Amino acid sequence: MLYIKRQFDPCAGKKFNFEFLEAPILGYIGPPSQPTIECMTAIAPLTLSARNLCRRSGQREIVRDVSLELRHGEVLGLLGHNGAGKSTTLQMLTGALLPQSGHIEICGYDLARQPAQAKAHIGFLPEIPPLYREMRVDDYLLFAAKLHRVPRAKIANDLAETKRRCGLQGDGNKIIGTLSKGYQQRVGIAQAIIHQPEVIILDEPTVGLDPSQIRDIRALIRELGDAHSVILSTHLLSEVASICDRVEIIHHGRLIYGDSSERMQQYGHQPGFIVTLLSPPTLAELQGIAGVQQVEQLSATQFRILYEAEVNLSSTLLALAAQHGWQAEQLVPLQARLEDVFMQITQSDAEKI
Amino acid sequence: MILTIAHKEFRSLFAIPSTWLILGVLQFIFAWFFLARLDAFLQVQAQLAQIANAPGATLAVAAPLFGTLALILMMLIPVFTMRLFAEERRNQTLALLMTAPVSGLHIVLGKFFGLMLFLLLIVASCTLMVLSLAAGTQLDIGLLLSNALGLLLLVASYAALGLYISSLTAQPVVAAIVALAALFGLWLVEVSAVDSDIAWNMVAPTSHFQSFNIGLPNSVDIVYFVVFSAVFLLLTIRRIHNNRIYG
Repeated sequence: MLYIKRQFDPCAGKKFNFEFLEAPILGYIGPPSQPTIECMTAIAPLTLSARNLCRRSGQREIVRDVSLELRHGEVLGLLGHNGAGKSTTLQMLTGALLPQSGHIEICGYDLARQPAQAKAHIGFLPEIPPLYREMRVDDYLLFAAKLHRVPRAKIANDLAETKRRCGLQGDGNKIIGTLSKGYQQRVGIAQAIIHQPEVIILDEPTVGLDPSQIRDIRALIRELGDAHSVILSTHLLSEVASICDRVEIIHHGRLIYGDSSERMQQYGHQPGFIVTLLSPPTLAELQGIAGVQQVEQLSATQFRILYEAEVNLSSTLLALAAQHGWQAEQLVPLQARLEDVFMQITQSDAEKI
Repeated sequence: MILTIAHKEFRSLFAIPSTWLILGVLQFIFAWFFLARLDAFLQVQAQLAQIANAPGATLAVAAPLFGTLALILMMLIPVFTMRLFAEERRNQTLALLMTAPVSGLHIVLGKFFGLMLFLLLIVASCTLMVLSLAAGTQLDIGLLLSNALGLLLLVASYAALGLYISSLTAQPVVAAIVALAALFGLWLVEVSAVDSDIAWNMVAPTSHFQSFNIGLPNSVDIVYFVVFSAVFLLLTIRRIHNNRIYG
């Protein structure tokens, strides 16, 4: 009963906190953040802030010292292996579980002390959508809207708008249990956004859907991210790359990495490219170019060249190629595979322990 | 908020075919029993007319009918209460209520009143059946109301107990069996208690219903039912809160 250790918070009760991203996010091991990307989002008000969340189950620590911040108009991806603590963290953020210690604030309302006001600003889609299978789609969404205290006058309008956004226009009279998995997922998302919450929390929103449904849902999430702020958990890395502004990686219940999703793709990545030269010089000649670290011949005309981060080798190489008549045809920059990046980050964490 | 949840519970009861079936069969059993009692009453009516201060139709027909209804509902209420929380747990739909801006009190009372509205329907249908006798004879309205009120209080306490048991488990069937066992146990307490055994009679809801059944409700009986229901509703709210702590 006395598990909840509340921290004193001077800002409780204020509508929004205009805090600038000066304090580094805890558990952060990535490169220091540069001001360029944050300056856009730093203006936006903070919609969710969680500090030092902990939750144990018996002896096992499921979530340890997790701190998160989310700003208006941001899509945050929470990435992790199965059982890393993603779902538990999200459940704590929505008030379905109480953290054993730590502090959550939503749009300026303390989740533990003003649960009704704080929860009115959250929309949550759990891992398994909470659908009453025997109800009709319209009845279900109306129930969800009333539960979230949408004013009576606005309900009909919001219902139509939400159904339009989720592509459910023609399905209002269908029984939820008879819908396909993809449509049930849409109803689940509709339930989470019908009261137009400031913070939308989606737990693995695209699991079990077919590719075209995944594309639709991702487009919807992207759209939601413009007017609301979204947290989604996933173990699909391509999802992170395509829809998230920012990524937090959770591993064994701790946040081990947090950065913009572009920079995550650059993590530990050595710049390089694959070049096709129709009349290539010798390997030693290529090796001799200033800044080149490693050259590997892939075929008679193809070479993989790795170079130092500081130099801009591609233009140098193209100039040389033109000068010596190497007939450069194609120059493809090497992309780090997200899977590799993810493995690299989680493994480097394991080594640290 | 309580009304929103109550309304949803009431409607989703009628979304299940078995509810309609149970209502139909129940109505059939009432009618059968009602006609049987009425028939028996008509046969002895001539002899009864010779006695001074003879029992009227209400006492001879309505009181036994309500007594039977109390017994049938004891066995049926677990079937309705089992779904309230256990099924939401099993289908993982409880998350919707837990993350909505409603308190545990709203959730529990909403579900309780939703079910009570349904049970009120059953009690009302039975009362209406007895009221149809008013066409042919003088009814003892006081006795009838006392029976209806007593039955409502009785089913409220059964529903509260069933709701609590449903909140303990994620298996509707387990919730139904445990609730039935508990209600049956309480009934056995009354059946096996000797008349003078006041302590045991105090415990059992059915013995408190007896005084309503004979038309002599006591304030102690009303207080008993209210306290019984309130205790189990509070326990349920407590359990729902613990859900957030222990997961």
